[in-house]
Amino acid sequence: MSQPMSQPISPRRLRHLETLEAESIHILREAAATFRNPVMLYSIGKDSSVMLHLARKAFHPAPLPFPLMHVDTLWKFREMIQFREQVAKDPAIRMLVHTNPDGARDNVNPIDHGSAQHTSIMKTQGLLQAMEKYGFDCAFGGARRDEERSRAKERVFSFRDSHQQWDPKNQRPELWNLYNTQLQQGHSVRVFPLSNWTELDVWLYVSLEEIPVVPLYFSAPRPVVKRDGTWIMVDDDRLPLHDGETPEQKSVRFRTLGCYPLSGAVESTATTLPEIIQEMLSTQWSERQGRLIDNDQDASMEQKKKEGYF
Amino acid sequence: MAANSHTSPAQPPAPMAGQTNLRAEEEAVRAGTAAIETYLENYQQRQLLRFVCVGSVDDGKSTLIGRLLHDTGTIYADQMEAVAQASAKKGSELDLALLTDGLQAEREQGITIDVAYRHFTTDKRKFIIADTPGHVQYTRNMVTGASTADLALILIDARLGVLAQSRRHAHIASLLGIKNLAVCINKMDLVGHDQTRFQDIESEFRAFASPLGFADVGCIPISALEGTNVVRPDTEHTPWYRGPTVLQYLESVPIHHDSDKENQQSPGTNHFRFPVQYVLRPNLDFRGFAGWIARGSVQPGDRVLALPSGKSSTIRDIHLYNTTLDQGVEGQSVVLRTDDEIDISRGDILVSPDHLPQVQRQVTADLVWLDEAPLLQDKTYLLKHTTRTLHAQVSAIQWKRDTESFEPIQADTLGMNDIARVDLSCHRALLFDDYSDQRQTGAFILIDSLSRNTVAAGMLRAPNATPPTLEHAMEEVHARSGLGHQTHIGQEERNQRSKQLGMSVKGGVIWLSGLPGSGRWDLAYALERALFDRGHWTTVLDPENETTDSTLSAARACARAGVLAITAFQTPSWDREQWQRARDRLGHLSTLIVHVNTSEERARQRRPSGGPPATPPPAPDITVSLDDAELDAAVDIILEQVEKWSDPT
Repeated sequence: MSQPMSQPISPRRLRHLETLEAESIHILREAAATFRNPVMLYSIGKDSSVMLHLARKAFHPAPLPFPLMHVDTLWKFREMIQFREQVAKDPAIRMLVHTNPDGARDNVNPIDHGSAQHTSIMKTQGLLQAMEKYGFDCAFGGARRDEERSRAKERVFSFRDSHQQWDPKNQRPELWNLYNTQLQQGHSVRVFPLSNWTELDVWLYVSLEEIPVVPLYFSAPRPVVKRDGTWIMVDDDRLPLHDGETPEQKSVRFRTLGCYPLSGAVESTATTLPEIIQEMLSTQWSERQGRLIDNDQDASMEQKKKEGYF
Repeated sequence: MAANSHTSPAQPPAPMAGQTNLRAEEEAVRAGTAAIETYLENYQQRQLLRFVCVGSVDDGKSTLIGRLLHDTGTIYADQMEAVAQASAKKGSELDLALLTDGLQAEREQGITIDVAYRHFTTDKRKFIIADTPGHVQYTRNMVTGASTADLALILIDARLGVLAQSRRHAHIASLLGIKNLAVCINKMDLVGHDQTRFQDIESEFRAFASPLGFADVGCIPISALEGTNVVRPDTEHTPWYRGPTVLQYLESVPIHHDSDKENQQSPGTNHFRFPVQYVLRPNLDFRGFAGWIARGSVQPGDRVLALPSGKSSTIRDIHLYNTTLDQGVEGQSVVLRTDDEIDISRGDILVSPDHLPQVQRQVTADLVWLDEAPLLQDKTYLLKHTTRTLHAQVSAIQWKRDTESFEPIQADTLGMNDIARVDLSCHRALLFDDYSDQRQTGAFILIDSLSRNTVAAGMLRAPNATPPTLEHAMEEVHARSGLGHQTHIGQEERNQRSKQLGMSVKGGVIWLSGLPGSGRWDLAYALERALFDRGHWTTVLDPENETTDSTLSAARACARAGVLAITAFQTPSWDREQWQRARDRLGHLSTLIVHVNTSEERARQRRPSGGPPATPPPAPDITVSLDDAELDAAVDIILEQVEKWSDPT
């Protein structure tokens, strides 16, 4: 490789986070400009926080041209719900909350029904109900390709047929930044603006842009019990304690957030963003490891996505 | 996995002695010897390099990527454990290829059938790999991965040398405008790390690739299995090799930008391109144009020209969220405001007034066909280019590439994975740049208007064109549609639509001729009902005050639209030649001329005032009689004929 003899004055080149930001904004605008009725699926986690921040950037000073929607399984951490209510106070944001009424009536829960059934009924079916109820043809999600093996092949614009199903063999090729936003009647699309981000990118961006995130990501003394080698937080009195099990106060934090009985905490002393990032760099374990639902069966994420899970 | 002793089973990765630390900064943070703040500051400064990695299972591509991820410390312990378990399940030792195996279906088949994106990072750069299979039937995947790549990493099996496949990969990389190639000559362990073997392959490859316009080609002898020269130099096995390792090459190769050319040749020139994505108008005081800077840069006070309107204005300010910027740079998503209230909407483009893009309705492009359904030349496709979508037809296929030799050959149509040079006609002028000069405004996709699939990737070619004058550009903008006065719906498209709707689509003309009172109108309506019941689109044309010619025109239009047009208008007294001319007017459409041969006597009984006796057609296709009012029998005879018409689908 030979460097040019004299380097001419060249304009500033974007750094990688600026590149990722610009691409995500482009994706959000492209979808908002072309779909009839888009919605942003808001899961309250750090990825949703970043996605929301990017959406504000994409349309500022106008309000968001689409609502946010949280599919509430009724088993989220209380702090997550508080955080959601806080976000919903912003006049530029319209927040929708949907809970599967059938599941709520039958008291479907992760303890009696297990993680797989609870997720399928409260999360997957709840989402599909809401998509139909509001007639959304496009839903933004905060998934990243680095999260899980089957996500590595996910498109930025991922098409679902009229049954909201994902067919991995029948996805459109995506070239350049030319997204094909043409839909067949009754079909819909999931759009992932953070596809090319990594967990580290997300944290770094949260830190640089001072994006608010749920305090559960930061370490604090919390009441926990040890189950299957991981710490489960006793967030309310619905979590039945096993014989001889007493919650203990541990300094823990969460790398991913979901339904509290299904989200494993890690022991940590990280109370600031730099400390979280430092801890991340030192960790031996990938982020989804604390998420109990992925390990239900081999290739379980792929299976869930085929059924309509995000 | 494929039955290939080299890719599987693999040896457990053994860290080599004296290894350099690729993520030293990260290590220092872990060890507590460097401040996290410094690390974060440095991390932010890294640039992103995207590369497409192409090769087949047998080339050891998955093993190479697994090796890159593993040796750069990108694999978490739980992922490693999962791979160890999966390897054990297959009865093999630790197989790094399993790190990147994605979908269940693929794992079962042991092949990679789709583009997968992977990430890793070192102290110098962030990397996104587009991992694509290399076989000819997966050309579309390589093209997809290459479209966003800065560099292509091509694998060559040292035992097999430069194959047709390797040449194809280099051609595609060049076609997609990739400037840097990393050619990894793999499995050096299987040729005894032979320097001569490596040099032979390298010189063969360089000779072949030199006309393809790459800025930099690096050839690296590697063994993905052993880790030779992948991340670390291997002085033990290849002491004769002094060049960079794969990773060193990836970390140091200059990232090419399209605007490098004008920056080097004439610094200060600016080929600004800003396709408008979205117009923000939150209140009467703010009107901003949101978009992504495809090329060049922009500053307040810059003169810009809006196309296709041809209006110019001056940039007032540049916004990114709640900040205003001194400058917007290439690749940035920003909001621009102009001094004058010029009318701009999504799909328009703001450009430097002293360097206009090409403005043309008739263009030449390289196409890669991506869909299972072949190209139809009479069909109108949607063409998405920047933020505009227009209608376009492929007016001619100049040539396509032979899949093996890559030589240009004649072609009537294009199928999946075909690469061709074509002429396109668009209903409005495209505002574009030559792809090799400007990727973002030279690229387009074709979309099938029925299936809505992305059917082709296109690269616009105008290699020696000079920028048009504004006057010329505006002439082309205001010119009539480039598609001409003909239907923009191909027969095949109509057939597909009917298929979607579950209807039969045999367009055709059924022309009932006979005496007044012969009962041909009764027959016409009975036939319409019978055809409808059998799932056909059909209608009776009952002209009032129309000429024979105009009725025939109507029948022809119906037939083209997939409708069976039945008509029974008063039969003219034509000679053989006139009948033939009428048939000719219907062209290749299915036509059935029926002589309703009711006797004169019976006809007069029914219609005493019937007009002049008509001459029967000299050569009817069939003859039916309605003397005994056997309407159903006559319908059946005609139905039998119509069913014989070939089903167009």
